[in-house]
Amino acid sequence: MIPLSWYLILAAGLFSIGLFGVLVRRNAVAILLGVELMLNAVNINLVAFWRYGDISLMAGQVFAIIVFAVAAAEVAVGLALVISVYRRRNTVVAEDLDLLKW
Amino acid sequence: MTGEQIIFLIVGAVTLIAGFLVVTVRNLVHAALWLVATLFGVAIIYTLLNAGFLAVVQVVVYIGAIAILFIFAVMLTRRQAAETGPAMNKNWWGGAVVAVLTFAGLAFLLQTWSGFSKTAAAIPSGFDAVNQLGGALTSPAGYVLPFEVASVLLLAALVGAVYLAFNKK
Amino acid sequence: MTHEFVTSLVWLIPLPPLLAFALIVLFTNKNKALSHTVAISAAFLSWLGAMIVFWNAIKVEHFGEHPFASSINWIPTGETWLKVGVLIDPLSAAVLFFVGWTVLMIFIYSVGYHNYGQPAGDHDHAGLPPHGATVHGHTVPSIEPMYSRFFAFIGLFAFGMYTLVVSDNLLTLFVGWEIMGLCSYLLIGFWFGKPSARNAAVKAFMTTRIGDVFMLLGISFLYYATGTLSYREIFTEETLHVLATVPSGVFGLSAAGLIAILLFIGTIGKSAQFPLHVWLPDAMEGPTPVSAMIHAATMVSAGVYAVIRMFPLLSAGWHEGGPLTTAMTFVAFIGAFTAIFAATIAVAQNDIKRVLAYSTISQLGFMIAAIGMGAYIAAVFHLITHAFFKALLFLGSGSVIHGMEHGVLHTGNHKVDPQDMFNMGGLRKKMPVTFWTFLIGGFALSGFPLITAGFWSKDEILADAFANGHLTIFITLAIAAFMTAFYTMRQITLTFLGEARTKEAEHAQENKWTMTAPLVVLSVFAVGYGWVGIPEHFPLIGGLVPNWIHEFVGGTLAEHPPVLEFNWIPLLTSLVVALGGLALGWFVYKDIKSPAEDKFQIPLLKNKYYFDEAYQVIFIKPLIWFSEVFVSKWMDKGVIDSILHIFGPTTGSIGTAIRNYFDVPVVNQFFGDGSADATYWIGKNLRPIQTGRIQQYLILSIVVLVVVGGLVYFFLLA
Repeated sequence: MIPLSWYLILAAGLFSIGLFGVLVRRNAVAILLGVELMLNAVNINLVAFWRYGDISLMAGQVFAIIVFAVAAAEVAVGLALVISVYRRRNTVVAEDLDLLKW
Repeated sequence: MTGEQIIFLIVGAVTLIAGFLVVTVRNLVHAALWLVATLFGVAIIYTLLNAGFLAVVQVVVYIGAIAILFIFAVMLTRRQAAETGPAMNKNWWGGAVVAVLTFAGLAFLLQTWSGFSKTAAAIPSGFDAVNQLGGALTSPAGYVLPFEVASVLLLAALVGAVYLAFNKK
Repeated sequence: MTHEFVTSLVWLIPLPPLLAFALIVLFTNKNKALSHTVAISAAFLSWLGAMIVFWNAIKVEHFGEHPFASSINWIPTGETWLKVGVLIDPLSAAVLFFVGWTVLMIFIYSVGYHNYGQPAGDHDHAGLPPHGATVHGHTVPSIEPMYSRFFAFIGLFAFGMYTLVVSDNLLTLFVGWEIMGLCSYLLIGFWFGKPSARNAAVKAFMTTRIGDVFMLLGISFLYYATGTLSYREIFTEETLHVLATVPSGVFGLSAAGLIAILLFIGTIGKSAQFPLHVWLPDAMEGPTPVSAMIHAATMVSAGVYAVIRMFPLLSAGWHEGGPLTTAMTFVAFIGAFTAIFAATIAVAQNDIKRVLAYSTISQLGFMIAAIGMGAYIAAVFHLITHAFFKALLFLGSGSVIHGMEHGVLHTGNHKVDPQDMFNMGGLRKKMPVTFWTFLIGGFALSGFPLITAGFWSKDEILADAFANGHLTIFITLAIAAFMTAFYTMRQITLTFLGEARTKEAEHAQENKWTMTAPLVVLSVFAVGYGWVGIPEHFPLIGGLVPNWIHEFVGGTLAEHPPVLEFNWIPLLTSLVVALGGLALGWFVYKDIKSPAEDKFQIPLLKNKYYFDEAYQVIFIKPLIWFSEVFVSKWMDKGVIDSILHIFGPTTGSIGTAIRNYFDVPVVNQFFGDGSADATYWIGKNLRPIQTGRIQQYLILSIVVLVVVGGLVYFFLLA
């Protein structure tokens, strides 16, 4: 009864909010929070397409599972990085980490 | 308006609002907690999509592990008790524009697709999604390889994270 | 020896001396013995060639009609060729004979004259005459420092003369002429350390050059009128007739006359006739073999040879016994005037070589007067005999000077001039061979009857003058002959007879065989050559020996000159002037001991009629002014340099303007610096994009992604 479009719009909205967070937040950990939102939006999309497509085709859910795994790995490593950086430079403000330049 | 739709609307709104709060509150612990809320909302969405297993996995993995991990990280990287400085950097309006543009673009693109408004097909009886999912994840004709690779990835991430965060003192 | 072989041999005759010149200059300069060997061998080879050719020439009947002639095409001139080649006709065969002998004798003489075998001098420099070397406390003559150079130069000189003699056309004659002009400059100025020698060399060259310019004009005009320069082509009946009748527009002369006079002016320069005689006495600055070479054997003879060769041109329109053409009159006048003019100067000269120099000018005047009168055979005869006895006299005077220098070195008194006759005296006892040969030469010059060659040739001239009614010329030449005999005997008396007047003369010595042998050889010719020209109608002995000269040389002309009838008057005149002059000369000078007693030392004569001073004022000073002030200062520095000075600064300002208005602002600043600055500005302004902040990178990339995605969607997919 719920049209696919609702799910897709929801996912798009969540994705955009997550994008906003990534681009805008000063704290590095908050950026990673934004990334989590984006990944979740993607997962919603995937599962919605599985449900509203061919249900017997498990690829949708499998993809979503894999995304879970990847997200977990990414968070682990990312936070380890943030902590490592925090220990070295005593800051987690993304603006102060500006070495990726000339 | 069916009950499903109402539930969807409420859950959807909660998810979005919680997500918005995640990215806007200044206090990071609050942000992490709002993330938990968002993740819950997403889990309920999964349930609405008849992906019950995924809903549970979402709660266990995301909320139980990842969100906790975030809280740990926030704790470990605090300088003072209170957060200093603004929550957003000085280009927040640029980010807002980009986010709005992205949403608009995505929405626009999606609505041109013919299958945009189709409705869900009924689930045939006897359809065991978990069984199917398990079969797909473990059969060689299915997705066992990506599954195994994903576990290797997790191993690498594990090793990497340990190494990176290892305190040599 | 076939005709063709001899003709080819003629081409080779001038070459050995040229080769000697090249070899000495390039290779054997340091080795004196090798140099003189090369030179004398070359002279010998040419002599041999000349003798062979002469021997073959005299064997041919009517040689004038079958000369040894050969020519090649040389310069292409449109449709035709200018030919050059060799021609030995009777005239050039006779000339070749005496040139061969005199050149060889002079070469051999030079070995002794320049003291070969003596040590190098104490203070000798190249460019100055050698001053003596000290050996065991005695001063002895030293070898000439530039010994090899001398032989190189006279080798080149011989080449020039031989070329002139064997050539069959005016072009190569002129080439030889000019080579000899160059060599006369080089050799007169041989001792270039002496300023007087340098000046004399320049004077000689310049004066003869004046004559050469006119000669070249004559040659050009001749070529223009006839289209050829070869003798055989010019001296044909038709060509001569055309030239004789066509008026040239100058002084009413015919073309032939004008050409002849122009060519004769070359001879006036080369053979030192009045008014271009001034160079010859100064040319005595050169070493004596040079004087002999230039003033007897070769160069001045070349001038007379050229006129004799051009005789058909000179006499175009004249026939035997008729009135002389304008050109001939001019030539005869110059010749006769020069003869007496130079003789008067010779009487007052004290330097032994100066007397001979003026004597040469005078004798050349005789020859030129002869040819001017049309006495072809007489002129040729006197040319040949004069070459022999004048060469003999010059070499003899060189021997005397050499002996006197020995005396000067002995006494050490260098203030005594070894060339001044008043410092000599009594040398007949000290230098017998020189004395006897000089005496023979002197008598030949004076025209001592019967036994000397000079008598026969001079008598022929006088006879010709008298027979053809040219009485002015006859009297002039007779007076000149009297004076010749007078000054010759003066010279012999002062030099050889009497007693030595100075210590230096007492210590004079006879010279080695290399110097005295050529004197002897030449004196043989000075005596014997006269007998080949005994006129047919001469009383008693005429007719016993055929007049070979008349027969042989007369064959050169198209018409054989007629045999003269005998007349007593010219013969008696000859005898009187010759013997009278000799007697008077001996009588006057046998007791004179110093110049103060000499009545003939008139300042006018001693200073050569002040001609040199006159030329200096009239010609030389204005010319120097012209070149130094007018041309150099006004025209060259004033006008031309000013024009150039416009170009320099103008170009400079154009360059500066381009630099300041285009190069610096546009090229340097706008393009050069501008592109650098623009790049820097772009870079500086784009650099802040790289903040290092990931969020900004992300924003940028997503913006780009959205924009590109929109573009792609709307333009490609929609």
